[in-house]
Amino acid sequence: MPVLARNIESQGIPTVTVTMLPDIAQKFRLSRVVGVPVPFGHSFGVPGADEFQLAASRLAVRALQEAGEPGYRLDLDMEYPVPDKVAYKTWHPSEPSPIVAQMLKARAAAEEKG
Amino acid sequence: MATDFYKYLPRSMKAHYEATTAIDAPAVFEPLAKPIEQCTIALMTSAGVYLTDTQESFDLEGERRKPTWGDPTFREIPTDVDQGRIGHAHLHINGEDIIEDVNIALPFRAFKTLEAEGAIGALAPIAYSFMGFQEDNAREWTEVQGPELGAKLKRRGVDVLLLAPA
Repeated sequence: MPVLARNIESQGIPTVTVTMLPDIAQKFRLSRVVGVPVPFGHSFGVPGADEFQLAASRLAVRALQEAGEPGYRLDLDMEYPVPDKVAYKTWHPSEPSPIVAQMLKARAAAEEKG
Repeated sequence: MATDFYKYLPRSMKAHYEATTAIDAPAVFEPLAKPIEQCTIALMTSAGVYLTDTQESFDLEGERRKPTWGDPTFREIPTDVDQGRIGHAHLHINGEDIIEDVNIALPFRAFKTLEAEGAIGALAPIAYSFMGFQEDNAREWTEVQGPELGAKLKRRGVDVLLLAPA
């Protein structure tokens, strides 16, 4: 996704990236970054959490308003409205993604070998 | 205390992301052409959202066949969409919450509130959805899909794009 942000910005369209991995976004040297403390798949929180969704959206608008140079970053100072232990487990897909399954298979094969 | 943005990740994923090195390319920055209160903002997600009644799903079978490949195409999602039309195709995240409320990926309600407040000019009537996993074919994004999306945004009078990686 940072690749697309850079691509669109280089076409002359300002962007802001709202992300759960703001450090990574900064490593891609994006223009404006908003860090949100959420698990994967939940960029703007959980269903019905209007206050969280609005706060994250408002911060993105603020970043657009304030940024005067690349790398401008704001982090959302609001708790994700789900207990950590639940959030840690529930974002995962029901079965490992193909790349993760492939890595697990390779690891198991290596362990069996050696 | 600083926010721990890695707290929802397994240790191996955290290590992977922390080891990411900064790119060796200049930073990008396009200033706003007008005050944000006059800008039309389009939203974009990489959550693999699509419309079940009129659009094809993303190509999950292709990724199952080749685990380092992801479908690079995108779908257009109207901001007044009925929740019942929302589908989700992404093998790296659990999409149950998106099926329940698309606003967790594309915050239409929040941006309509901001539009009503006058904090932004307008929410663009069309949002954009990609499927975020791209290992082997990120070039397809930079050489085909990105330019196509940029041209559409300009044609549709979009001033700013908000990207929300999923």
